[in-house]
Amino acid sequence: MSTPRPTGKLAPALPLALVFLAAFVLPLVALVAISLFRTPAFAELSPAQYLRFLGDPFSLRVLADTVMLGLEVALCALVLAYPLALVYVASGPLIRTGLIFLILLPLLTSTVVRTFAWIVILGRDGIVNSAMLSLGLWDSPARLLYSWGGLVLALTQIQLPLMALPLINSLLRLDGNLARAAEGLGAGRVRVFVTVILPLTLPGAIAGLLLVFAAAATAFITQTLIGGGRIILMPSYIYQQSMGVQDWPFAAALSLIFTAAVIGIVAAIGALSRRLTRGLDAA
Amino acid sequence: MQRDLSDRIYGGVVGAIAAASVLLLLAPTLVVLIISLTSGMTLKFPPPSWSARWYVELFRSPELLTPALTSLQVALWTTLFSALLGSAAALALARNRSRSARLLDALFMSPMVLPAMAFSLSLLLVFNVIGIRLSFATLVLGHTIVCVPFVIRMVGAAVQQLDPVLVTCSLSLGASRWYTFRRITLPLIRRGIVAGGLVAFLSSFDNVPVSLFLADARTEVLPIKLWAILEGSLDVRVAAVSGVIVVLTLIGLVCAETLGGLSRSFGKSSS
Repeated sequence: MSTPRPTGKLAPALPLALVFLAAFVLPLVALVAISLFRTPAFAELSPAQYLRFLGDPFSLRVLADTVMLGLEVALCALVLAYPLALVYVASGPLIRTGLIFLILLPLLTSTVVRTFAWIVILGRDGIVNSAMLSLGLWDSPARLLYSWGGLVLALTQIQLPLMALPLINSLLRLDGNLARAAEGLGAGRVRVFVTVILPLTLPGAIAGLLLVFAAAATAFITQTLIGGGRIILMPSYIYQQSMGVQDWPFAAALSLIFTAAVIGIVAAIGALSRRLTRGLDAA
Repeated sequence: MQRDLSDRIYGGVVGAIAAASVLLLLAPTLVVLIISLTSGMTLKFPPPSWSARWYVELFRSPELLTPALTSLQVALWTTLFSALLGSAAALALARNRSRSARLLDALFMSPMVLPAMAFSLSLLLVFNVIGIRLSFATLVLGHTIVCVPFVIRMVGAAVQQLDPVLVTCSLSLGASRWYTFRRITLPLIRRGIVAGGLVAFLSSFDNVPVSLFLADARTEVLPIKLWAILEGSLDVRVAAVSGVIVVLTLIGLVCAETLGGLSRSFGKSSS
């Protein structure tokens, strides 16, 4: 039997490749083309939509806010997920299974449902407000819903599993002897964490940061329901410009700018992590 | 003993944050279940008294049942197409180191990085330009594109764990390619297909950005209906729907765990 040619081996992937060509690659090319029209009626090719975006302080602020939201949520999730992952790897099989279920359940539960839970928690008559009022700590209900802090908190919880899973993964792969050796040689636990565990699990942390950043920046449902009408972010801006105003060229340009921003930041964080870990290998 | 003290503070901080994370992971699910059993007309917490009235109310709400049924149908078709096309692609790509295979793999994974809104808008614009009317089929097509990466990742992880010697043995002992696939490869990657299919199903059922752009006026899916309700008023029936979804997700999770070891394939595929 001769070894099959590599092209023959790819044959099972062809049906999906054709679907992707027609329904993914072609539309993205069309999106770029449409973003280059000057008017909503598809007249006159020009970079007018991009110039309009760059010259409009409102649009620029919407993009900056969206990126900031993604970064804040990613960092909050990192701080919460590291201890969780450390406890996971230090636990026995029973607690591990329990923790994995606890992490997977919210990940698999509908986003609308998880967002709804946060409306109940943060609302005017919600859990936080009624607890604070009955404890006498607050005189009047605070506005937690429709606030930036509430949005960051809700998104952090909703995206926490995306950070916890890769972190657990890379902690599990870490050779436990390294930490034990460092401790045996007299390093305190803080020092072991900073000099051994943190650098060696950096790839997992970066993977989590990227996932959470992208998920939080694009979370249309949570952004609109928890953020409310006053906090406008890129996903709802795109929705409003396309389905609302029907300014297709501007909406197309907005989508591409947003996509470029998300992928650009993901690539930048990825490149940074490769540089950091390469330095580690050399040492 | 300064080191001893710093060790203890470290342990305390790690433990406290981990406990907070666990609480944070658990709280929303519990909150949904508790508030869904309220007897009141508002989302006031804690509920004034207990009642299953909002669950009963669901059965008299065709405006919620119809979207739920639609979502279920969309998710089932999406899972079927994703599982078939995605598993085939994963089998072809998972062990292939060639340039074209890597390129295809990156292409199939890109819906995970690309904001779903941008992709959905682009597909809608193409449908408009070509003159394809939106329908149930266009919706399933859009969902399949964004859900297929999950199947490819999880089946791919299963294929990579499969010892190629088993396939070689079967073939050299005279079994046909089809027989080998059916009796050796398929049983060994079943776990990945089940896990990938479940995640594809749930993410289709949950999907908003694609449905927002690609559903026609008659096809209303559940998450968008719920979103529209929550944007307007705070209808307690949403709590009951959420309760049903939480319980069904829990059942699905337990089934997938016993059938295919979901937590294991999750751990391996998410690196």
